[in-house]
Amino acid sequence: MSAGSHKTYRIPIGPVHVGLKEPVTTWLDVDGERIVKATVRPGSIHRGIEWMARERNPIQVIYLAERICGICSFTHIVAFLRAVEDAAKIEVPIRAQYIRSLVLELERIHSHILWAGVACYTFGYDSAFNLGMLLREKVMDVLEALTGNRVNYGVGTVGGVRRDLTPKAAKAVREMIEFYRREFQAFLDVVTEDPIAKARMRNVGVLSAEDAVRYCALGPTARGSGLRVDLRYSSPYEAYGDLGVTPLVPQDYNGEVFGDVYDRFFVRVMEVVQSLDLLEKIVDGIPEGPITWEPKLPKVLAALKAADGIGWGIIEGPRGDDTHIVKLTRGEENVTWWKVRAPTYSNAVSWPLMFKDQEIADAPLIINSIDPCISCMERVLVSDGRIGRSEIVTKAQLIEKCREKTRKVMGA
Amino acid sequence: MTDFLTKLMSGTALLFLVLLLAVLYDGLDRVVHARMQRRLGPPVLQPLYDLMKLFVKENIVPRRAVAWVFNGAPLIAVTAVLMVFLYVPMGSLPAILSTGGDVILIVYLFALSAVAMVAGGFASGSPYANIGAQREMVLMMSYEVPLAIVVTTLAYFAYRSGIPGEPFSLATFVAMPVWGMAGWMGMLGLGALFVSLMAVVPAEVGKVPMDIAEAKTEILEGLICEYSGRNLAMFKLTFALRHSAMCAVVVSLFFPWNIGGFIGLSGAWLLVVDFLFFWIKVLFLQVFGVTVIRTAFGRFKIWQASQFYWVQVGGLALAGMILLSLDVLA
Repeated sequence: MSAGSHKTYRIPIGPVHVGLKEPVTTWLDVDGERIVKATVRPGSIHRGIEWMARERNPIQVIYLAERICGICSFTHIVAFLRAVEDAAKIEVPIRAQYIRSLVLELERIHSHILWAGVACYTFGYDSAFNLGMLLREKVMDVLEALTGNRVNYGVGTVGGVRRDLTPKAAKAVREMIEFYRREFQAFLDVVTEDPIAKARMRNVGVLSAEDAVRYCALGPTARGSGLRVDLRYSSPYEAYGDLGVTPLVPQDYNGEVFGDVYDRFFVRVMEVVQSLDLLEKIVDGIPEGPITWEPKLPKVLAALKAADGIGWGIIEGPRGDDTHIVKLTRGEENVTWWKVRAPTYSNAVSWPLMFKDQEIADAPLIINSIDPCISCMERVLVSDGRIGRSEIVTKAQLIEKCREKTRKVMGA
Repeated sequence: MTDFLTKLMSGTALLFLVLLLAVLYDGLDRVVHARMQRRLGPPVLQPLYDLMKLFVKENIVPRRAVAWVFNGAPLIAVTAVLMVFLYVPMGSLPAILSTGGDVILIVYLFALSAVAMVAGGFASGSPYANIGAQREMVLMMSYEVPLAIVVTTLAYFAYRSGIPGEPFSLATFVAMPVWGMAGWMGMLGLGALFVSLMAVVPAEVGKVPMDIAEAKTEILEGLICEYSGRNLAMFKLTFALRHSAMCAVVVSLFFPWNIGGFIGLSGAWLLVVDFLFFWIKVLFLQVFGVTVIRTAFGRFKIWQASQFYWVQVGGLALAGMILLSLDVLA
């Protein structure tokens, strides 16, 4: 290092940055390429959702909760519903629990594939990114066939689910499992055996197991550091008690733990494979029965109005533990208060540790490595310029096209 | 005087043609890249549309930039790399300034355009551009090593094996392909030199895995972060031209064969056919040397790239040098 090596200067990564999918600011004190200190400043996208919920009844809040995140939307509503059901002492039928687990696992697959693609894009591996997006389309189609929507499924309700698993949808899920067993290995090989990908991720953003415990890392971030934590294992909810999930940690596969970005990548990609097995068990073992505790909404609302108390719902989202706490008061229609703690809250705390002594080139990758919640997804229409057709697609036409495709996928 | 005028006229015409070809090849690069990723890709002429748009856009100079360096850098960068084409023989068409310069000059012209970009980056007054400029400098220092080894070894080989002409002149290599002069050891050495030279190309043209100075997901296009309008258009041209120029030099050094004489053409047709054949070879090198590589890999970090050029590529070039020297001396 040169004589002037003690002079540092500050570089902002974000709030808006090509490598980030969500606004968050990280101020990096750098010495050349080396990061000396990192300060994370979140808060650019606060929407006051919890406050908005206080003017809505629990059924209305479901649709609000679904819009907390564009990726793990179902995770949020299941956590919220479990909190409400806990407060109102509502029993959920077994079949509904299985369908919830099914959608949760489908969501995990699409979230992890999306994340893996974006991580590759962050270090300039565009081909893997495109391959990931291509593979992800399949699970999106299955979600659409199952629920009618690609992102916000609108499938959960207090005391159960709103859509049954039809034989047709079950067949689509089975086909998808086969498809991924066949195609996903290519993606795994491409990324885990590529020398540059390995050079970019190995020993980058290391979070030791002790630090992961001390800073409350959750989900794949903690499992990437070798901790056997998984709520589906330690405190099973919905159908997971029947499925026998074990936490997936890198030492079981590679023999050792580095706690780096590569391990977090590996955990997520292998969890896709794990989710495929779980999906198979769910589709095979789903029992017959009702899908809701009470199909008539006025009755549900009356029961919720009569309920009094605080309910908790904690589930394992694609990013880690998602905690919802709800207070219902007797005689009040609206939610008294509602607290959401998304896993990114906990995981973001360990960012400064991961940044220590890394390089600027690693910064966006490290930020992405905990998979911070990404806000929304959009549909894209490809227009065909070669046959000289040019038309402006209005919002109404776009919606009609979406519905058309949904009808096609669902076979209605 | 008439000689000067002919050169001026033909040079201008040639450079216009080269500009168009380089932009077209940039578009082809993007289409091939997209197809390999199972995407549709942009129209082939998309880079041309981009340039036309950029040239009429507002040219913003940041308040903290050093205006004259900031505006001058793109001009120098694009001019320097355009000049390269005046020293490269294209098919049977001799280089327009063939007597005025050789491979060393070409290497310097490449370096000049890179240095101009670095200066522009430093003058931008943006931390991202600053980091990009630093990275570009480090990268230059890294790839110059194998590049220098390749060029000097080839010249030494040409000199010792008795290829007629100036050992450093491109015309010498074009007149007599080096492969014909080497024994089996020399062939191996030439292969090693060719591979190490091709390894330098992605860094020269700033493409993945060596787009470290422009890494958009890390430092937001780094070097050219603050550029817009006309200046950005000139930088885009510089990248496209460097791509073609670098491949043209490799073609001249290693694949100088022509097709026109072989099928018995003469006169103007010979020039046209050989010129086209030359550019087809350039396209092949661009596709296989850069597009395929940038599709197949991710981006290096700067120290990894440095290490790659000093150790792996440098070692390969040295091995090539030793093999070729042994071949000549034996």
